[in-house]
Amino acid sequence: MEPRSAIGEPAILAEGLTVRRGGRTVLDRVDLEVAAGRVTGLLGPSGCGKSTLMRAIVGVQASVGGALEVLGEPAGSAALRRRVAYATQAASVYDDLTVRQNLSYFARVLGAPRGDADRVIELVGLQDRAAQRVDALSGGQRNRVSLAAALLGEPELIVLDEPTVGLDPVLRAELWELFHRLAERGATLLVSSHVMDEALRCDRLLLMREGRIIADTTPAELLTGTGTGDPEAAFLALIARDAGDRGDADGAGDGGADGTGGGGVGREGAVRTSRPAAVHHGRHEAPQEPPGGGGGLR
Amino acid sequence: MSPARAFATAGRVLRQLGHDPRSIALLLVVPGLLVGLFAWLFDEQAGAFDRLGGPILALFPFVLMFIITSVTTLRERRSGTLERLMTTPLGKADFIVGYALAFGLAATVQAIVTVGFAVVVCGLRVDGPIWQLGAVAVLDALLGTGLGLLASAFARTEFQAVQFMPVVVFPQILLGGLLMPREQMPDVLHAISDWLPLSYAIDAVNAVTGGDEGWELGRPMIVIAGVTLAALGLAALTLRRRTP
Repeated sequence: MEPRSAIGEPAILAEGLTVRRGGRTVLDRVDLEVAAGRVTGLLGPSGCGKSTLMRAIVGVQASVGGALEVLGEPAGSAALRRRVAYATQAASVYDDLTVRQNLSYFARVLGAPRGDADRVIELVGLQDRAAQRVDALSGGQRNRVSLAAALLGEPELIVLDEPTVGLDPVLRAELWELFHRLAERGATLLVSSHVMDEALRCDRLLLMREGRIIADTTPAELLTGTGTGDPEAAFLALIARDAGDRGDADGAGDGGADGTGGGGVGREGAVRTSRPAAVHHGRHEAPQEPPGGGGGLR
Repeated sequence: MSPARAFATAGRVLRQLGHDPRSIALLLVVPGLLVGLFAWLFDEQAGAFDRLGGPILALFPFVLMFIITSVTTLRERRSGTLERLMTTPLGKADFIVGYALAFGLAATVQAIVTVGFAVVVCGLRVDGPIWQLGAVAVLDALLGTGLGLLASAFARTEFQAVQFMPVVVFPQILLGGLLMPREQMPDVLHAISDWLPLSYAIDAVNAVTGGDEGWELGRPMIVIAGVTLAALGLAALTLRRRTP
């Protein structure tokens, strides 16, 4: 195995990361640090830029501005293709192949050892389905095949876009346990979700809204800092505070300090309880579905 | 370019095809049936099938492979699997060569069945060696694969990909020398037909059925091979690791 980056060095480091797509700014001067060997959650409502940020990190997003370093190399460099794995939101596997055929192919492309396909099939608990075609599986099972493909070859950084959508609570809990086991063995995981209660399962949290990171915190700090009892309420409180901040900044004439301050690690210390009245600033796209209800059970 | 990854990709594409018996049946049986229909249609006209049967053999593998390749690769672009592959060490050339190998093999089997049916059952007169007819058919299929890979880059939906048929394929059929010998065409159309690869495919088949050897057969074969390689190369260039 290649030497991992020294303890304490971030696995992902972004400065002023900006992505424009079709005339719209999808990511707006994002500063970001993702700790190595941890499970970091990337949470925020649909359409806030989570997927674009993940695509930039794995190097498939075009027109990325700013600085973005992954495992000590510029994002998307050829040397990272074996060290970084990525599973998209939609299960990106071949419907007309069996589970094992899919994973054997991706294993060969990655140059992973023989038997690696069976190892990851076991990790995601699909042993019974290994010989079945993917199009005969349920949506949740297909997602797990896609997740398994991202575990092939023991990558150092695993980027998973909404991997638990459509899974029942038991499976969801099992997968989060798996993520932590992988992190204990030294892998770094960046896992996105729009289901706020998954925030509590992460070591660290990045909360995103409208192309910016509005908090970089831990689950405990999120709750104590906002004085709320559940992550959903905490997120709404943060949004309200953020909306207030932005209003001030606009009044001051688009100050340069505001955009870069968003990702600052020390920021969560300033989190205060917001009055419910301010919550109306959060637009309807903010997560109003009940926690855990996003994907539905299959 | 890594042979191991290209072969892995070819094996995967063939495995996908293997899970789809209906497509295999269509791929292998339909060209033969159409050749049979053609032979029957011109049954009463002496020599007509001997004149048209060869060019038809050049046409089917080209058209079928064009459609199959453009739809399959488009599906790969849309399903997210191409994006996943582009985050792995798989090279663009590995991907394209893998597809060309897989469909080249499918085309070879198709050529054996179709040429065999045309010669043995329909009684197509071939003055040259029959294997050469098979070789031309395989090369035509690869030409269809190359152009199909390229066309899929310009289509966003399967529906659009199929629309490339009338744009890319039909003019080549009309001007390729199947309906009218190219020498008898108006000068402008003859000049245009010189630029269409299918014209050379039909020239090559006519050379084999007419028993011509050497340059008469070699020149069109080289042109088809050159266009195929150019199309495959351009198709590789249309693959992007980073997309908007």
